[in-house]
Amino acid sequence: MTYSKRTDGRKFEELRPIEAKAGVIPRADGSAWFKMGNTAAYAAVYGPRSLYPKFMQNPKVGIIRVNYSMMPFSSAGERVRPGPNRRSKEISMVIEKALASVVNLEEFPNSVVDVFIALPQTDAGTRCAGICAASIALADAGIPMKDMIAALSVGRVADKLLVDLNYDEDSHEDGVDIPVAIVQRSGHVALLQMDGLLTREQLKTLLGMAQEGVKKIFEEQKKALKNKYKAIEEENGE
Amino acid sequence: MSELLVKNKSIVVPGEELASGMDFLPSFGTYRDKDIIVASRLGMVNVEGKVIKITPLSGKYNPRRGDMIIGKIVDVSYSGWRVDTNSAYPAMLSIKDATSEFINRGADLTQFFDVDDYIVASIFNITSQKLIDVTMKGPGLRKLVGGRIIQINTNKVPRIIGKQGSMISMVKDATGCKIIVGQNGLLWLTGEPKMELLVVETIKKIEDEAHMSGLTEKIKNFLEKKTGKKIEPREEVRNDDMRMNRNDEVRRER
Repeated sequence: MTYSKRTDGRKFEELRPIEAKAGVIPRADGSAWFKMGNTAAYAAVYGPRSLYPKFMQNPKVGIIRVNYSMMPFSSAGERVRPGPNRRSKEISMVIEKALASVVNLEEFPNSVVDVFIALPQTDAGTRCAGICAASIALADAGIPMKDMIAALSVGRVADKLLVDLNYDEDSHEDGVDIPVAIVQRSGHVALLQMDGLLTREQLKTLLGMAQEGVKKIFEEQKKALKNKYKAIEEENGE
Repeated sequence: MSELLVKNKSIVVPGEELASGMDFLPSFGTYRDKDIIVASRLGMVNVEGKVIKITPLSGKYNPRRGDMIIGKIVDVSYSGWRVDTNSAYPAMLSIKDATSEFINRGADLTQFFDVDDYIVASIFNITSQKLIDVTMKGPGLRKLVGGRIIQINTNKVPRIIGKQGSMISMVKDATGCKIIVGQNGLLWLTGEPKMELLVVETIKKIEDEAHMSGLTEKIKNFLEKKTGKKIEPREEVRNDDMRMNRNDEVRRER
């Protein structure tokens, strides 16, 4: 069967509707909510704070610790076992490395920034939504960072190339899903994972589509952060 | 050609381009990428002549030399005390900086400060690895007894103190409470129980509305309504109120 139309009626290069909000968790130093279609992520940032056990401290740079977790009720009706598992540990690690590429870690030696990502609702692209939320939360926490970072999944279903896959497309029998994290100004790729088969040309096209797609996410991230401080800006404006 | 890409006093996010060309200079919270100045943290842009800097609106306390802070003793050792500074880094208070009294070798240091005591101290040295040394030799630096401690956003401390201490001295006069504001976002106060609660409420109000203009007037009305007394603006600002505001120091240096 050919795949001529997307299950939710989107165009092939169209993203799901995005909602973003900064500062949703008052006790955290910075926090954010990011929703993309039916995938939603909370991120809370604490720190920089002192790091123990002491052997983990690095006198040259600070470290960033990410905890990714899907809530028990977040899936399609099947209970997700809470707590760390092989998959969530891997995802925490790749998000950590992606975020470390934009945060100025050398400004807080011997200390740690903790990022907690929780997903109340999932429909594919969770690590991407997690990165987008974490990026807003880090900025909201006043952490020095070179740039914003956002992520998006691209992929192939049958012979069609598309962006921002939902779960139906992600789990298609002849499908490839590639999460890509991109740094805003430089366009550098900070995360890229792939399984499945693609030709070289297809991958090139997909990366181009990802670069195009994240622009919209960056706009939403910026809007979310500026909305939180809108009152201050209006007070200072002419 | 150099030009500013954002309006002065606008809110910017990390990665936002602030100015192009080599005529501007990047300062706090910004960096230069080739010929473009880019924001490296969330905050408000401040352009002063050629210098572009960002005034942060959020974030933890960043210790700086000369700051007067309120710290909590977390450990007592042979040679001094370890002090929590409400930042990622603890500070050391050594015996010779703590008191001018003679202390015998091996004496029990808890008779001066014990764990969980709060002190007002001043940062006199800080290294690249953020090892902090504090001293208690100086006017107003002492152990805090009684009263209550509240925590506020460090970035709003200048607003709570006000220009030359105007805001904080008004709150002190209206409530009759003693208040000490540490640059690290801890605030100590003591007075009549009812007035203590009023101070806490007032401080939260100032913190929430820190961005509003005419805030001093608003707080004055609020305090007059709550206490039922008229507040006379003080003609001469007391020295200890003035000393607290880091921004005033910067202003005077220029």
